[in-house]
Amino acid sequence: MDKTSSQEIYQTDALIAEDIDAYLAAHQNKSMLRFITCGSVDDGKSTLIGRLLYDSKMIFEDQLAALESDSKKSGTQGEEIDFALLVDGLAAEREQGITIDVAYRFFATEQRKFIVADCPGHEQYTRNMVTGASTADLAVILIDARKGVLVQTRRHSFLCRQLGIRNIVLAVNKMDLVDYDQARYDAIVADYTAFAASIGIENFTAMPISGFRGDNITTLSGNTPWYAGAPLITHLETVELDNARNAAKPFRMPVQWVNRPNLDFRGFSGLIATGMVKPGDPVRVLPSGKTSTVKSIVTFAGELDEASAGQSVTICLEDEVDCSRGNVLAAADAPAEVSDQFEATIVWMDDEAMLPGRAYLLKLATQTVSATIQAPKYEINVNTMEHLAAKTLELNGIGVAEITTDKPLVFEPYAENRTLGGFILIDKINNRTVGAGMLHFSLRRAQNVHWQATSIGREDHAGLKNQKPLVLWFTGLSGSGKSTIANEVEKTLNLMNRHTFLLDGDNIRHGLNKDLGFTDADRIENIRRVGEVARLMADAGLIVLTAFISPFRAERQMVRDMLPEGEFMEIFVDTPLEVAEARDVKGLYKKAREGKLKNFTGIDSPYEPPEAPDITVNTVAMTPAEAAEYIVRQIMPLK
Amino acid sequence: MTRNLTHLQRLEAESIHIMREVVSETAKPVMLYSVGKDSAVMLHLAKKAFYPSPPPFPLLHVDTTWKFKEMYALREKAAAEAGMELLVYHNPEAESRGINPFDHGPLHTDMWKTQGLKQALDKYDFDAAFGGARRDEEKSRAKERIFSFRTASHGWDPKSQRPELWNAYNTRKAKGESIRVFPLSNWTELDIWQYIMAEQIEIVPLYFSAKRPTYEWEGGLFMADDPVRLEKVLGYLPEITERSIRFRTLGCSPLTGAVESEAATLSEVVQEMLLTTTSERQGRVIDKDDGDASMEKKKQEGYF
Repeated sequence: MDKTSSQEIYQTDALIAEDIDAYLAAHQNKSMLRFITCGSVDDGKSTLIGRLLYDSKMIFEDQLAALESDSKKSGTQGEEIDFALLVDGLAAEREQGITIDVAYRFFATEQRKFIVADCPGHEQYTRNMVTGASTADLAVILIDARKGVLVQTRRHSFLCRQLGIRNIVLAVNKMDLVDYDQARYDAIVADYTAFAASIGIENFTAMPISGFRGDNITTLSGNTPWYAGAPLITHLETVELDNARNAAKPFRMPVQWVNRPNLDFRGFSGLIATGMVKPGDPVRVLPSGKTSTVKSIVTFAGELDEASAGQSVTICLEDEVDCSRGNVLAAADAPAEVSDQFEATIVWMDDEAMLPGRAYLLKLATQTVSATIQAPKYEINVNTMEHLAAKTLELNGIGVAEITTDKPLVFEPYAENRTLGGFILIDKINNRTVGAGMLHFSLRRAQNVHWQATSIGREDHAGLKNQKPLVLWFTGLSGSGKSTIANEVEKTLNLMNRHTFLLDGDNIRHGLNKDLGFTDADRIENIRRVGEVARLMADAGLIVLTAFISPFRAERQMVRDMLPEGEFMEIFVDTPLEVAEARDVKGLYKKAREGKLKNFTGIDSPYEPPEAPDITVNTVAMTPAEAAEYIVRQIMPLK
Repeated sequence: MTRNLTHLQRLEAESIHIMREVVSETAKPVMLYSVGKDSAVMLHLAKKAFYPSPPPFPLLHVDTTWKFKEMYALREKAAAEAGMELLVYHNPEAESRGINPFDHGPLHTDMWKTQGLKQALDKYDFDAAFGGARRDEEKSRAKERIFSFRTASHGWDPKSQRPELWNAYNTRKAKGESIRVFPLSNWTELDIWQYIMAEQIEIVPLYFSAKRPTYEWEGGLFMADDPVRLEKVLGYLPEITERSIRFRTLGCSPLTGAVESEAATLSEVVQEMLLTTTSERQGRVIDKDDGDASMEKKKQEGYF
């Protein structure tokens, strides 16, 4: 390719040498574009990125020397330089010759700085592609000219569309290997056009390239005289940025941190998600809806006359309104929505499948709430775009489901606002990021079901009974002695004139929960319902005893979170499996061992013992009566 | 009306956002401060992020006692100007065994820096530590997250990194576990220099060329920062010559190769960088210890 013209595009050595200050002044005002490259294993993605880095002189002589020796050793291009070796970073990947994680690369031209997310093509790494796409303004979808539109091409395009990337470049690569054949190129573009329309991609820019040979990368290639568009770099330099579009939307800033150096200063720090703001603008604090006026926009470099999307600022208001981390400052006349029930697209990213009904942490911008996901309405086959019935989502699964949060969220549909519409899901116990999602809309019933205010509160109920409500949550293996001990405790409390009620696992399953079985999802729903009932009884002022295996930490935590601090006591009835199995009061272990009973806790379904129970009773060392006496002493200390 | 922000404005806003998330969501953060140009930029961004408050965390320098004298001078000054507490940590075992870069090779970096860092984080119970690493520095860095999760023994597992979407960072961790946070992940070396120029950030004068005493050792050119100590450790005094040199990167004086240069101003330094043909870390001896995957291995062991 033509060396001088490519250098004009990137950086002019002569200008650097002669007038460095003029060069730097010109480069001080570049804009920034983030894009991703996606393609199948051999579409030449790494080669294209290596080429972009090489042409923009982001590769230095020592790296080039190392590259040349590597190319001879493990390259796939014979004696020629294998650009792919530049970007396949981790040792494991280089051994296997594949890219297994998102890598970020950087290069710059006179016009723009570019951040490239290099996304792997394998199906099992959908989560990596989604990660890379979440911050991209543009996607380059690579197609091998010899192979045409593949299943992977469809999958990548679909995911880019789901993640809200508006600018799609269809790079038909390896044109050198099909003799720069226009008919071949046109056929591929026609094929893709039909597919793109079917998934809602209205516009894309197609171009014939060769990453390996450099055709139509920095300059138009003489090999494709029939191509009327711009070279790839020119397109990347001129395409409209999301940041510019975001600035034109209504003002929203999620509050990250309240800046309070002394009693005279109180500012709200955050990154402006959309819109512009200036002193004097009326703003609304969400979700409370309180209004005030912007007094000043404070930065280290002095107060600003205005600030726009993409800037990190500190805003001071005229009035002393309540505002803290998680709130959103929004234009007073065009505030964002607030809701606690949504429909969303969810991408599952963890080895452990999603559990409908389980409470996960949901983080959206600076808001973190507890959220439960319903069983998916449908899962989407990312290769065929078919909607499939599904009870859950496995690793790399993508589907649509309803979500309920324990506190209202300030949000906007993802299609309008990535910051206030995109969220991550975190497992409450192991803290892994297990999923991500894009909010579609609020479900209307959240707005229509109101909390009925009643005159007699929980304090009144408890006061009349002269006791503090409590939920004594007995957990342990089947046959550990939960029901027996709970029964003893209730007898003792009754003698002490306490108002109690015992909810027993077996009894509840005869009535309220008779529709539930013993799958993980049903066990979670079982505990959720019991938790709700226990809460209502605690609201009525009772001391509630519950005897359920309740095998999962997350659900016991969920019930704890439903109740006021200090009203939930987790009591671990600690009996080793062999002891419980030897007792086998109901003959269930025998059945389970014979395979006649599925999903039996301790045998083929896990039990997660409490990590920090409020009370532990060891039934090997204590009789049920001793255990009960011990528990009563813990909860009713002698005065 | 729309307005395009420049790349430096966007990088700055992103780094500030990251720092505020850490301060809001972690119990006891700290900023690792190595006195190099990247640390200088990171410290400057911290001042901006929390203004008018001072940055609400201390600076921690995991020192090897082998840094350049000019680095120690700037360290004290920069911390005082930012109104931040400065913690300096020396690995007591490395100190008592007299570990040095000449006699102990890779062990020097391991004991003073890798082990020293782990000990310091444990000693003060920090659960989040800011570091100035950039993804453009080295291949394995290119795949690291901005929030990089470490086990209780400070290990890094590149296969179980948390996915990082939008700018919603998962900062949750169990007791004993910690997070390394890299607010400069998306900056390149040129961005750093441009920002230093635009914001007039003070950096160690060693980045600028001057006549300095130098010696050659194992094929590299080094500055004789402390000839007395050099002679004590080596057992002889190498031949010292005055040369016009500067440094592209700053670490331990005997591990950081100098380049011969006449670039004495910021724009001349940037000019030299843009016209230069060797990559930044080449002057550092530590990347070459184990061949290709050396940095990745160090990170799994707990190096920053």
